[in-house]
Amino acid sequence: MQKKMAYSFPDEVLEHVFSFIQSDKDRNAVSMVCKSWYDIERWCRRKIFVGNCYAVNPRIVIRRFPEVRSIELKGKPHFADFNLVPDGWGGYVFPWILEMARAYPWLEEIRLKRMVVTDESLELIAKSFKNFKVLVLFSCEGFSTDGLAAIAASCKNLRELDLRDSEVDDLSGHWLSHFPETYTSLVSLNISCLGSDEVSFSALERLVGRCPNLRTLLLNRAVPLDKIANILRRAPQLVEFGTGTYTAELRPDVFSYLAGAFSSCKELRSLSGFWEAVPAYIPAIYSVCSRLTSLNLSFATIQNPDLIKLVSLCPSLQRLLVLDYIEDSGLEALASSCKDLQELRVFPSDPFGVEPNVSLTEQGLVAISWGCPKLESVLYFCRQMSNAALVTIAQNRPNLTRFRLCIIDPKTVDYLTHEPLDVGFGAIVEHCKDLRRLSLSGLLTDRVFDYIGTYAKKLEMLSVAFAGDSDLGLHHVLSGCESLRKLEIRDCPFGDKALLANAAKLETMRSLWMSSCSVSFGACKLLGQKMPRLNVEVIDERGHPDSRPESCPVDKLYIYRSVAGPRVDMPPFVWTKDEDSSLRLS
Amino acid sequence: MEVGLKMGMKGGGLNHVGGCEKAKMGFAETELRLGLPGGGGSGEGEVVRKRGFSETVDLKLNLSSKESSGMDANDEKVKVLHKEKNLLPCATDPAKPPAKAQVVGWPPVRSFRKNVLATQKGSSEESSEKAAFVKVSMDGAPYLRKVDLRMYNSYQDLSDALAKMFGSFTIGNCGSQGMKDFMNESKLMDLLNDSDYVPTYEDKDGDWMLVGDVPWEMFVESCKRLRIMKGTEAIGLAPRAMEKCKNRS
Repeated sequence: MQKKMAYSFPDEVLEHVFSFIQSDKDRNAVSMVCKSWYDIERWCRRKIFVGNCYAVNPRIVIRRFPEVRSIELKGKPHFADFNLVPDGWGGYVFPWILEMARAYPWLEEIRLKRMVVTDESLELIAKSFKNFKVLVLFSCEGFSTDGLAAIAASCKNLRELDLRDSEVDDLSGHWLSHFPETYTSLVSLNISCLGSDEVSFSALERLVGRCPNLRTLLLNRAVPLDKIANILRRAPQLVEFGTGTYTAELRPDVFSYLAGAFSSCKELRSLSGFWEAVPAYIPAIYSVCSRLTSLNLSFATIQNPDLIKLVSLCPSLQRLLVLDYIEDSGLEALASSCKDLQELRVFPSDPFGVEPNVSLTEQGLVAISWGCPKLESVLYFCRQMSNAALVTIAQNRPNLTRFRLCIIDPKTVDYLTHEPLDVGFGAIVEHCKDLRRLSLSGLLTDRVFDYIGTYAKKLEMLSVAFAGDSDLGLHHVLSGCESLRKLEIRDCPFGDKALLANAAKLETMRSLWMSSCSVSFGACKLLGQKMPRLNVEVIDERGHPDSRPESCPVDKLYIYRSVAGPRVDMPPFVWTKDEDSSLRLS
Repeated sequence: MEVGLKMGMKGGGLNHVGGCEKAKMGFAETELRLGLPGGGGSGEGEVVRKRGFSETVDLKLNLSSKESSGMDANDEKVKVLHKEKNLLPCATDPAKPPAKAQVVGWPPVRSFRKNVLATQKGSSEESSEKAAFVKVSMDGAPYLRKVDLRMYNSYQDLSDALAKMFGSFTIGNCGSQGMKDFMNESKLMDLLNDSDYVPTYEDKDGDWMLVGDVPWEMFVESCKRLRIMKGTEAIGLAPRAMEKCKNRS
């Protein structure tokens, strides 16, 4: 009797149960229980995340998941952010859009990171998906405001348009006018990356005025300070707001109008923008400070004491992005006023300067580690560090999950003891047992990698530069870090041995990047031959690797697992094991 | 003269070339000279200028791949000119500490952060800290590249780098001093007809110009993007560039 019931359990019931399971990991687990669960699950999966667009291809995805409504794709490796990946490398979204236009007419959401998006792709999106709602282009490039105009004109149900950090060919500010007068569904608009001086203010104001559900509005630099008040007054329900250029001659009428506009926004919790901010207009935001949970001042040139005064007025702050103008004294003040702080990012105001221009040292971060019990995510640029400071930070904050330290001069020693910083980072990985992301800097030997391999069991992403002595360093990481998914390395003396000895490990990871290291083309070919489910790509602009001696290391190497086989869109400077020099165009 | 006057008119652009003195020098030099970067007394300048004029014309701007052999005869003159260039007051202020050699992608700061900081610091700062990324496209090549013009010190460096980047396509170099003389229309037409590919750039005004018509530093300040186009197509450009100069006079 019971056995019979189990077999006749209706699919719709299972589907209903599965609908409560949102996370990809859980969904993947569900799909592996049995064949019928696999089938039911694949028909009702609505959201797909593809961490590396070349790990799979659109056909494979569409074949397995026929009813997708939301897709997220990531393209170029992270180091592309720092210009280490030559243009033309890849990450084109068009082939995906083409296939999805046919297969997913009801697609609602597309989120892309580090991909090349053309106007043609945007036009195809605008044309193909009748219920399109969300477009997020995070650090993308290749498109212009013409493509945005197509989206604005056609996507009647668009909720979210987020262009964060993308490189847009800003041909004209008039693309905003392409949102029809009948369009009222905007919830989130982030155009902070747009560069042109042209913005149609009246179109922007009208758009803001007719969209009652607008919660997030991040403007670009072209919007001057005196235009902000009118925009805010039309959208007092805003939760997240980014100003444009925040500088103007101090005029009492402008100031009080602006201050009034800010104070009428009772829901405001997050502020950003503030390009070229002048201290005179900072008090205009004081009325919202007590409610702020997120503040991005990383483009604001204000310095202490104005900066200290501002952050001291924000006791609810959970997230702060700021320039090193805050200095150690400002971070001490932050540590005593902002007990809810979870994430801190301190950027360098003068990254290429030879001498320090501000008084920001390891002391600031130590103070934060004492004062902010909820701190879990750190990005910190500074010019000096000590093992003692890192040990203190580690002991104070074992709850750190993301720790990225950038000591600006490569191979900087502990300024107190002149030793490498192995012990300091060792303490970080030893105490912070839930650490998922780590970026190293300073003088480091193989010893730090031994610590990492031993302790960093939950580490998923590791960034290494100018560190280590030998292949042993790389071997420690690849053999010890069980949860490692992404490893990116530059300018380290790591070569063939560790790579080949840990070939199998690479299939358990999303990707490995190595540039300016000591890996030979021969090793790359061998790895590619032995591991058919890895794509081993050598990026070298000096011509065919065989035209140089075998011992000459490759310039850049990107290895990633894939079920889609070698990709078909490689540019001439990317070389794989299948290279036959005679076939290359000369 | 037209080229010089163009530079003269673009007063704003001159300020970016690190300080008033240098700007004045730049202004003066372009007014008097036909082709050479670097400053110096007018006397010395004239001597150099004369040689520069004949240099650039004789070298036929070396833009086509075939005539690399033709360079040999002119090598001596090239070397002399290079030396002269080094003797002239150099662009960097010796009183400032030497700018650090920039490692690509280090420190790991996104380019939109780098540029913001540079503009905020004001134009009087040594521009070596500011990255000048421009897109480079080549007619017929399926992909764009990006270069940081600050990584190079001369048109020759840039030309070498571009040649490496676009693989087998040769664009030759832009002349020994890197500056061209566009005063002589017929010589220019010859050159463009001879060449396979010619580097062109879009300047701050949105106009497309032939690479090499202004001193290197000024080029770096005003160049928004590069395009390597076929010599025959670029013929349409040159008169326009000269038109622009004529109009400004």
